[in-house]
Amino acid sequence: MLEGILLTIITAATPLLFASIGELVTERSGVLNLGVEGMMAMGAVIGFAVAHSTGNIALGVVGAILAGMAMAALFGVVTLIFVANQVASGLALTLFGLGLSGLIGDAFVGVPGAGLARVSIPGLSELPVVGLLLRLDPLTYLAVAITTAVSWFLFRMRGGLILRAVGDSHVSAHALGYSVIRVRFMAVLFGGACSGLAGAYLSLVYTPQWTQAMTAGRGWIALALVVFGTWLPGRVAIGALLFGGVSILQLHAQALGVGVPSQFLSALPYLTTVIVLVIISRNRALVRANTPAALGQSFVPDR
Amino acid sequence: MRVELVRRGERSAAMAYLSPLLALLLTLIGGALIVIVWRLSTVDLSNPASGGFFGALQQGFVDYGRFLYVFFIEPLTELWSLEELVAKATPIILVAIGLSLCYLSNTWNIGAEGQIAVGAITGSFLPIFFPDWHGPFMLPAMLILGMLGGMAYAAIPALLKIRFGTNEILTSLMLVYVAQLFLDYLARGPWRNPEGHNFPDSRAFDGGQVLPTLFDTNIRISLIFVFIAAFAAWFLMRWTKMGFQIKVLGQAPRAGAFAGFSQNRMVLMTFLISGALAGLAGICEVAGPVGQLRTSVSPGYGFTAIIVAFLGRLNPIGAIFAGFLLALSYLGGEGAQIALGMSDQTTRVFQGMLLFFVLACDSFIFYRLQIVRTPTLQTGTVTS
Amino acid sequence: MKKILATATAIVALAVGIGSANAADKLKACWMYVGPHNDGGYSEGHDVGRQMVQKELGDKVETSYVESIAEGPDAERALERLARSGCEIIFSTSFGFMDPTIKVAAKFPKVKFEHATGFKTAPNVGTYNARFYEGRYIAGQIAAKQSKSGVAGYIVSFPIPEVVMGINSFMLGAQSINPDFKLKIVWVNSWFDPAKEADAAKALFDQGADIITQHTDSPAPLQIAQERGLHGFGQAHNMYDFAPKAQYTAIIDTWGPYYVKRVNAVLDGTWKAEQIWDGLKDGILHMADYTNLPDDVVASAKDTQAKIEAGTLHPFKGPIFKQDGTEVIGEGKTLDDGTLLSMNWYVKGIDDKLPQ
Repeated sequence: MLEGILLTIITAATPLLFASIGELVTERSGVLNLGVEGMMAMGAVIGFAVAHSTGNIALGVVGAILAGMAMAALFGVVTLIFVANQVASGLALTLFGLGLSGLIGDAFVGVPGAGLARVSIPGLSELPVVGLLLRLDPLTYLAVAITTAVSWFLFRMRGGLILRAVGDSHVSAHALGYSVIRVRFMAVLFGGACSGLAGAYLSLVYTPQWTQAMTAGRGWIALALVVFGTWLPGRVAIGALLFGGVSILQLHAQALGVGVPSQFLSALPYLTTVIVLVIISRNRALVRANTPAALGQSFVPDR
Repeated sequence: MRVELVRRGERSAAMAYLSPLLALLLTLIGGALIVIVWRLSTVDLSNPASGGFFGALQQGFVDYGRFLYVFFIEPLTELWSLEELVAKATPIILVAIGLSLCYLSNTWNIGAEGQIAVGAITGSFLPIFFPDWHGPFMLPAMLILGMLGGMAYAAIPALLKIRFGTNEILTSLMLVYVAQLFLDYLARGPWRNPEGHNFPDSRAFDGGQVLPTLFDTNIRISLIFVFIAAFAAWFLMRWTKMGFQIKVLGQAPRAGAFAGFSQNRMVLMTFLISGALAGLAGICEVAGPVGQLRTSVSPGYGFTAIIVAFLGRLNPIGAIFAGFLLALSYLGGEGAQIALGMSDQTTRVFQGMLLFFVLACDSFIFYRLQIVRTPTLQTGTVTS
Repeated sequence: MKKILATATAIVALAVGIGSANAADKLKACWMYVGPHNDGGYSEGHDVGRQMVQKELGDKVETSYVESIAEGPDAERALERLARSGCEIIFSTSFGFMDPTIKVAAKFPKVKFEHATGFKTAPNVGTYNARFYEGRYIAGQIAAKQSKSGVAGYIVSFPIPEVVMGINSFMLGAQSINPDFKLKIVWVNSWFDPAKEADAAKALFDQGADIITQHTDSPAPLQIAQERGLHGFGQAHNMYDFAPKAQYTAIIDTWGPYYVKRVNAVLDGTWKAEQIWDGLKDGILHMADYTNLPDDVVASAKDTQAKIEAGTLHPFKGPIFKQDGTEVIGEGKTLDDGTLLSMNWYVKGIDDKLPQ
């Protein structure tokens, strides 16, 4: 039973991890994209549509990535080139993405999709605890790989240093000769690709089907997780597991019959997020060290 | 050769007026694309009866003409739908006015939807526990309680930000879910109407517990609250020291800090004001068109108001116009469903596009496009 | 520019003209849904019914619908819009539309309204509902026969009488086979959230349930059952395609024949407001093919279904006891419809605590 619960928690955490790692990179470059929910919805619908039409799940995943990137590019043009307010543009992106995905997905509602099979290594996968980690679905491994790669990129590679410099002070980065807009655009696109993956995970793995607004607010949770993890990939992953854990355990608490009104239990993940956000933000040194100082500020090169 | 954005010497007054029109025009073009693609996707192009690609294209244009009529004009042609337009716009504008002040000061209250729910709850306390009270003070007391509830709930993210530096976008948003679930619990549980066959509604408010209507129409006196709030917000921004502080802190936080303005005070004040207006909108819905406390009192007014605040350029008077435009798009969306069988998602797509284009076009107020023929030299001058 | 404007105006005029010409001699029947018309669950069930009306009555009717209408003022406005656009009969399909329907019906005495699952009526407002609990009783019996652990999981949306009635009926059915049967209940506070429903299904299976049933609308729980090699029941729709190895049967909402009958009544002038609560025997709901079951279980399920249809078996026939042991109704008597429609207590044997 414990293994089952762990497996469920990991599955619940994976789409959150995808989306929040992407947003982390975007925010590290100094751009706040609140449109994660909209990009996820587009990823989910295009991923499902492509997988269903071609019968190839891998193609579906690629389609979802491209859809997320296309949405992100739209956001990038409006906020980076036309220097529009990032908060408002992000909200517009969410609205637009949810609406458009609903229109596109009209033909795919009520169609069963083929799920992605779990990895299974005979012998090893049956081992206790360790075995559990050897029988997840391929996309979960991808999420872990991306998280590790992002961590490595940000803190071990020159490109990561430039990205963080752009996010901390675009004026200085520009003065040093880096193209702020280009770096930010790439970061926004990466965020879009990850959100698209998160959407694909929902419509291809989690529940192999497409329905309107199936993201159900997970994009917003992903945004919270970035702050929650103080812009550090490892902590974001822990946050995703914690949030997934609370959401799953409240269902278990209900099934055990604890007798607390279900609305209060359903509110637990959100309350936990608020409380943890408060606890983390109390540690100002940690937050200040990692918060991109130029987050949400538009940049227009002066010449 | 490339195109670059260059800061204008001063803001362009012409663009300030042209930009919303330009945005609307672009939205109409984008809308045409969507409707025509939708039409093409519904027609079997290989069937000669459909007239082939061009026949479908032509049909697409005709559909778009009908769509525009049904969406933007028809709701304005009849008295009843004008009344409905006002009823729909009222809560959205009330909330948007408060949010405008917030966003002007660079404070981000995204949780108005939750403050609406709490305002509805606290405002409904009296009529649910004292159903027989109908005196002249009942309704004012309900409205004040509703505002206080919205204020108190908005104070949570504000205080967390001031005290701990917690990101207010996220806390205010998380608290929306909490408030909605709590409202759901009350309406299904303890505050349920004991004579309602266990349906999840409170008792129906009556007599002095309901907002009176104006001139024999469906329009309630909450419309007057909209104008009072808009005027007060305009006055605050135009003529008071606090309005000045909001603007300075919003545009140049460091300059504001040097001038001795307290960022923290401003965060709290703008959150309290926007929370109070959201709470007022909540109780006005409950004591108005809804007439009882239900499991949900707002179909997303708190989020729509964010769009309205930006469409109205964070100006209280602008919020009124933008609020009516958005309300029109909801009514029009329902009309398009009935008349054309279009998905209700069309409305959302339109709203998203409109906001996108307004935001993009607004940058032409302060910037202009310039075509650069040779790569520019990096000058290395740093200005901040 | 002027030319474009003129062309545009001409197109609009033409289009509007076409629109109104079509509608002239047909009966206009309209529907209002609380969710998207293709939600794969409750609202789609009604839309399938609407399509059946369009198909069966062909040229005699024109149907339209509005979808995703929030309960409250929006519902009132949408109903008024429908009434004003020439709809002669309007089906408002969610219980939360009850008060708006009554209000708007008073303004349009000539328009006929039918409200699903409510209890308020007027001279031009009828109500209709299906006795879904009949299907749930059969499902409960199947669960008790098939379960090895003797525990079923129940995923539920919101504590309203309709849902509570379903839980009790399922449990009474199960207890008629196995008096010690256990039920684990999870509320997801949503009618439709596939991922959350999937999580709830996993939690219930992890806690020892080996059969799942639901009063939420997505096929996600059945997909999980299939993944785990366990079983469950479809809700509102035949969900067989989503989980061909997991679905035992499904309780399918079949509004179509009812809608055809009522629209026909308007056409021939015999419509009057009625309170209709039909069951299996009337065809307003039916059971999907029994699959993945041994023959004897199928036979007994069919037998129970036949008895319910014949009226010789009523799921809520006494004696019935509440959780605390108080008797609700004695031997030989049956709960009346009023009590059923306002049910807010669990029968004895359910461990969960009902939110009050």
